[in-house]
Amino acid sequence: MDDLARKNTSIHRLHPISKLLATIVYVIAVVSFDRYEIIGLLPFVFYPLILILLAELPVVPILKRLLMVEPLIIGIGILNPLFDPKGWITFASIMIKSGLTVTACLVLVSTTGLDKIAQALRTLKVPGIFVLQLLLTFRYLSVLIEELTRMVRAYTLRAPQQKGVRLKDGGSFAGQLLLRSLDRAERVYEAMKLRGFHGEYHAYGNSKITRKDLLYLMAWSLFFIAARTYNIPAFLGLLFEGVSRP
Amino acid sequence: MHMADALISPAVGGTMMAATAGLAAYSIKKVQNDLDDKKIPLMGVMGAFVFAAQMINFTIPATGSSGHLGGGMLLAILLGPYAGFLTMACILLIQALFFGDGGLLAYGCNVLNLGFYTCFVAYPLIYRWITRKGLTSRRIFGASMVSAILGLQMGAFSVVLETLFSGKTELPFDTFVLLMQPIHLAIGMVEGLITAAVVTFVWKARPEILERTAAGKTLGGIPIKKVLAGILAAAIVIGGFVSWFASSDPDGLEWSLERTAGTAELEASGGVHDLLANIQSKTAFLPDYNFKTATEDETDSYAGTSVSGIAGGAFTLGLAGLTGWIIWVFKKKKAKIAQ
Repeated sequence: MDDLARKNTSIHRLHPISKLLATIVYVIAVVSFDRYEIIGLLPFVFYPLILILLAELPVVPILKRLLMVEPLIIGIGILNPLFDPKGWITFASIMIKSGLTVTACLVLVSTTGLDKIAQALRTLKVPGIFVLQLLLTFRYLSVLIEELTRMVRAYTLRAPQQKGVRLKDGGSFAGQLLLRSLDRAERVYEAMKLRGFHGEYHAYGNSKITRKDLLYLMAWSLFFIAARTYNIPAFLGLLFEGVSRP
Repeated sequence: MHMADALISPAVGGTMMAATAGLAAYSIKKVQNDLDDKKIPLMGVMGAFVFAAQMINFTIPATGSSGHLGGGMLLAILLGPYAGFLTMACILLIQALFFGDGGLLAYGCNVLNLGFYTCFVAYPLIYRWITRKGLTSRRIFGASMVSAILGLQMGAFSVVLETLFSGKTELPFDTFVLLMQPIHLAIGMVEGLITAAVVTFVWKARPEILERTAAGKTLGGIPIKKVLAGILAAAIVIGGFVSWFASSDPDGLEWSLERTAGTAELEASGGVHDLLANIQSKTAFLPDYNFKTATEDETDSYAGTSVSGIAGGAFTLGLAGLTGWIIWVFKKKKAKIAQ
């Protein structure tokens, strides 16, 4: 996902703050609909759709991630029809909302990247320690996953025809990974210290917010607020009816 | 047990976000006071460790199923409550952004559910209490086990409350609780076993890590009295906020709009109208909250709008498709020119 953020399209070039804030307004607008709303949610399809196309994002990986989180929401949502005759409407509403909000998040990350989101958070006065920790966690993630893959491979070679790690071995397995991680943290810290680290992480780029960024944020926010306040599809439907009737 | 954006209302999400921000700010202050900058990379690595550890599938004997680690309690035990809470918050933010697990608005809820109860309730009140007479491997095992299970139970109950306050589903309270708590008891047992096993292993291999945290030397211990007072204050503040917001959430908002519109009208006409409107607004008070689901006017309005609504919905989606197609064609042309 982070690799996608390195593309260079009109969306990628926008200031991270305006993208972050637009996403937040979007999520709040979508989530604030009540549980029976379906048709009013439809205009919100425009936002992820336009962004995915403009930013040239691949659709399949995004849909895959979406499917990965969906079971949990289906699990809670599917119970609604049992308690309410109109529960299917609620269920559909929850599914649409989750699809929209999750896609919006994924689009934000794949057009902005964690480095720039961190930079935006820093500008929004989120404490430096937290932002630094966020970046470091993300950095170490791939390193530790490599370490883990090696350990799991070694384990499965010694325990053929067995799925997963036995709970009995869990303590020493995860514990071993932990100790390796701690040692690595020590080495990494020493390396950082030698390169002049003293508690501050300088994210690259300190671009100014331009009129374009403001315009982007304002336009989307206006659209979201309008779509939240007025039921646009219902309005269009009435217009249709008016036209078709002589 | 990550809360999703789709299940919460902005009011609940906002309140929990504020509570999380407050706790995080407090933790940052504590960590800054107690830590040398050496601990910052350590916290980062620990966060990545929990991430990686969550990917290990443990087979549970005799059931054929598998479970994995959540990590909140483990972080509290190894890093202390403040650093543990911050690390959990980082993990959840990355999960929300990159995996869509949880969401931006639900972020506050998730940090509280998975970080607060483990680091600020279960750790000081249960883990520290059981190990108060010094560390032994049996005490460590029992303390990790019990605190991990109870921490998860509190988190699960919190999920129930947040969902109910948000009013996005119709699940009745008791059904939801009866569903969530036993499931999370089972999950908590696995979590507890793994946490206990890892902590015991670390205790045997590198006792100094646990001793340092337990002594609260570099990472700071929390006095229990302060914790209790803090929880009480938080409960009052959150309770107050949620009930205050709950009346201003969308359903409540629409209801109050209807009502104010009703009174505006009644001032204009007066007389019998006044009386009727008054009665209506009184009878409407309860229906709007829970029973309205099947009342006439709602079903009526659904039937009424359905035809034009569906046409309008189809039209909106068609328009979206058309917009997408235009952008796609435009992009393609541009790429051709560039070639």
